[in-house]
This record gives sequence, C-alpha cells and structure tokens, in this order.
Amino acid sequence: MIVEKRGFRVRSLKLWLPLGFFMIFNLFPFYWMAITSLKPNSELYSRKIMPLVVYHPTLEHFVNLLSETSFLLWTYNTMLVAVVSTAISLIFGVMLAYPLARMKFPGAALISFAVAATYLVPQPLLFIPLADIINRLGLGDTLTSVILTYPTLLVPFCAWLLMGYFKSVPHELEDAARIDGATRLQTMFRIFLPLCIPGFISAGIFAFTLAQNEFLYALIFLTKTDVRTVPVGAIAELVRGDVFYWGQLMAAALLGSIPVAIIYSFFVEHYVAGLTSGGVKA
Amino acid sequence: MASAHTQALPRPTLRPRPAFSVRRWTEREGVFSWLMVIPPALFLAALVGYPFIYGIWLSLEDRPVAKAGVFVGLANFVTNLHDPVFWRVAQNTFLYTFAATALKMVGGLALALVMNQEFRFKNLIRAVMLLPFIVPTVLSTIAWMWILDPSFSVINWFLVHWGIANPGPSWLGNPYWAMFSLIMVNTWRGLPFYAITLLAGLQTISPELYEAATIDGASTFARFRYVTVPLLKPVIFIVTMFSVIFTFSDFQLVYVLTRGGPANATQLFATYAFDVAMSGGQFGLGASIALSMLPPLALLIAGMAWYMRGEKT
Repeated sequence: MIVEKRGFRVRSLKLWLPLGFFMIFNLFPFYWMAITSLKPNSELYSRKIMPLVVYHPTLEHFVNLLSETSFLLWTYNTMLVAVVSTAISLIFGVMLAYPLARMKFPGAALISFAVAATYLVPQPLLFIPLADIINRLGLGDTLTSVILTYPTLLVPFCAWLLMGYFKSVPHELEDAARIDGATRLQTMFRIFLPLCIPGFISAGIFAFTLAQNEFLYALIFLTKTDVRTVPVGAIAELVRGDVFYWGQLMAAALLGSIPVAIIYSFFVEHYVAGLTSGGVKA
Repeated sequence: MASAHTQALPRPTLRPRPAFSVRRWTEREGVFSWLMVIPPALFLAALVGYPFIYGIWLSLEDRPVAKAGVFVGLANFVTNLHDPVFWRVAQNTFLYTFAATALKMVGGLALALVMNQEFRFKNLIRAVMLLPFIVPTVLSTIAWMWILDPSFSVINWFLVHWGIANPGPSWLGNPYWAMFSLIMVNTWRGLPFYAITLLAGLQTISPELYEAATIDGASTFARFRYVTVPLLKPVIFIVTMFSVIFTFSDFQLVYVLTRGGPANATQLFATYAFDVAMSGGQFGLGASIALSMLPPLALLIAGMAWYMRGEKT
C-alpha cells in the first residue's frame, strides 16, 4: 500500500472518521444490551432520563434470570448440542475431505458437487418435511433431534473448508509413510491428520458458532422448557404474551453471547481463516 | 515401488497370483476413498436429500398436521398464485434481499477499504468488528428489538430530545419503517462478513500493481476502478452469492422482530411458510410456499456451484 503522509487531517478523514462510524454502528447494540441488563426497571421504563448511562446499576435481572427461568439448563443444552454436533461434523467432514482432496477415485467430482450443493440448500426449504420426519421418528422434544440435524448444516461447510486446507499440505510425508509400509488408514491418522490441526480448529470454531446460532430447527423441534436452547428459550419464555421482560431478555442475550465471544476471542485468526477461505482461496 | 537393484526382475508369469485379501482390497485408492465417503454421504442423503424430495412430495398433497395426506397435484401452487399475500411475500423477499445485499456490499467494501490502511490495534479492531457476525443472531436481534421498541426506542429518545421528530417513527409498527428496520438489522449483521472477506481479498492484491498504476498517473479513483475492483471481482461474486442465498431465505430476524407484521408487510417466504405450516397446520401448502423459493434460488445455486467447481482446478 502507498503510505500517504499528508498529515493528521487527511488521516482522520480517511481512517478514523469512517472507522469510528462503523465501530459505533457495529457495537452499539452490544453496549445497549449490556447497559439495559444493568438498569433497574424504573430507569428502563422512563422516557425522561438520558438512556445511554446507568444511574443505579443492579444485578436483579441476572439474578431473576438465573433463579426464575431455566436459563442455566438452556445454556447447558446449547453447549452440549453445539459440542456434539461440531464433533460429528468434523469427523464426517474429514471423511469427505480427505479422499476428495488427496486421492483420485471415480465419482469424486459428483461427490464434491453434491457437497457444494448441500452447503447451499437453505434451511427453510427443509424444515417442514424435517419436522414431519422428526415426529415420525419420535424425536420431537429431544436434544437428539437437533444433534442429528445440525450436522447437515455443518458437514458440508467443514468438508469444504478442510478440503482447502488438506490440499495445501505437501505429499512427501505421506509418500514416505506409504513406502515404509503404512496402510492408508495409518498414514491418514498418524501422519496426515496431525499436520492439519490448524484446519480443524478453524472448521471447529466456525461450526461451533454456527451451531450456537441455529434457531429454526430448535424452534420447531424443541417445544418443552427443559430441552430448549438459549435463543429459543429466550424468545419463547421471556416474552409472555405481550409482556416483554426486557431486563431479563437483555441479560439472557448478554450471557448467551459471552461463551461464543470468549471462544472466538481465543481463535480469531483461525476463525477469520475459516471465514475467508470460502471466498478468497481458489 | 521399483527397487534400485540391478538384477533382473522375476518374471511376472512365474509369480503365483495372490489370494484375495480384504486388506489389499481396502488399500486400493478407489475402494479406500469410497469406504470413507459413503457414511457421510449417506448421512447427508438421509437428512438433506430425502427431506428435499419429501418436501416436493408434501407440496403436492393436502396435508393437515398429523393426518394422512391426499394427493392434489399442483393445487397448492395454484392456491398460492391466487393468494394476494403470496405475491406480497414474493415482493417483500425480493426487496429485502436486493436492498440488504446492496447495502452490505457497499458498506462492506467501504469498511474493507478503511481497514486496509495501516493503523494501531488493527487486529483488535478487526476482531471486534466481526462481533455482529459471530454472536447468535437471535440474541443480538433481541437487542435491536429493544432499540426499535415502540415506546422506549433509544433512537426515538434522541429524535425527540433533539427536536427532530415527536413522536419518532414506529420502527416496527409502520409497514414501511418495519421493512426499513429489517433491512438495517440484516445489513448490520451481514456487513462484517463482507468487510472481512473483502479485506482478505484486498490483502492478496500486490502493492506493486498500485505503484505501477500511480507511476502511470492513475488517480485514487482510477486505481480503485481499474486495479481493485477487477481483482476483487471473484471474491465479491462468491460473497454476494452466499449473502443473496441466505438473505433470500432469512427467517430468524423477521420471526424475532416483526413475525411478518404489520399485516404481512415484512412477511418473507420462510416466515410465511412457517406460519402456514406450523401455526396454520397446513403442511402441504406450507411446503409449496417454501418450495417456491427454489426456482430463483436454484439459478443462483447452480451458478455458484458451477463457479466453485471451475475455481477448484
């Protein structure tokens, strides 16, 4: 890039002003979430006082959320579902990506086309037939229903991302292992997969956040309090009729976002690598 | 592989044909590959392929919840064509998709260009900018619901306080403002994805190209128009395809913010299909509405899959 040194004014016009605008636009809802969750109801429902600050912060909404609702159970459900479906997706993802990226076999083009196509089938096209199938299998209101269906969203994505990663690994180590008499399975497990840990982290983090984000299947399949995930629980149980428990809703939104945000903050680079691999890498 | 020994190799005809061995069979490249691919492929066929076909079948049935369906041919699609709400929904979906995608593209490109400069805490700012994209949509939409609340909207507080409007717009209660609000929230959520992907694309452009263009006397705009845009085109194309597909079939935002209201003004295909099938209990009709998304989307998906396949070599 060309470094232009025309002083502070140009730089603030070209950099800090737009950057500041985007920062406020992107982050204000989170600030608002946090601040609302700390406001007592008297401040929450007052149209007079300045809304951007809290005068008398209180934790009552958090206390009520944790004591009056099943929020902790929903969090547990969300985590369990996200972890298990991510694990399944990584395993299936490897099983698709390894042959597609490293081997030649008849039908490979067909499989990779099918994976790309399933990646792009939007959920709303499938939820009605799936609801019927889940009911017939007797899986309604069980976590199994979402553990089974989330990987359909995640496997194609993981496979696609891992394929890109696998292709970038040189062949020499595998060839050496094969010459030394290792079977294909041994080569894959002992030699190849350990080289690909960064790829697994990228795919895993991405799949995990996608699983946490899922709403439609959870909304349809999980209708009882004790099997709900955080997004469905918050929408279905903190809005009762026309009554919105705003303080608790915000506390739930904040607490529900924190696990994702923490995991994300540890692996930002991996996440960005996963995010951009679809678009940027050929 | 071939040995380095100089002795003559044993004649092939003399070697006894080895008995069939499972182990040797599974070591063949084609066999090993298919053994690996079959379990996930079956899984996807069972939970994506089968529901897809089954959905087409459902759309041809009159099928109240928990009752046996009756085959009615294309009657559901005919019903849709005579349903004014269906046309409203189609119009809404196209407007929503087009407006939100355009805004995300322009805003995302702007943000990417801004972030492609050198500044302090660049990585931290980039990480923070992505937050709207990684936080579960429903949870951040709850925050937006409160920002746009009819009585306690923080935006309206400022509009009133600064004397711009009194009372402020009913962000989710007025049909036009409701659509506007949905487009804004969708843009808010999707913009970081555009920005970060385009930024990654920008960083692959070699600085020498800009230097060469500058030496040739190209202005800032000319450099953007004739260097940046052409080189960014493949990335823009892919990101846009993704965005169009997932905006066109959006459900969460609308369900949380407006439930399609007021009076279907923000109803999209996905939420309408949900209403008809889940609340109205008409699985067949709902499936036919969901399936109506397919023709416009199929064109996009086919284009995209073809493009990705072409890129792979």
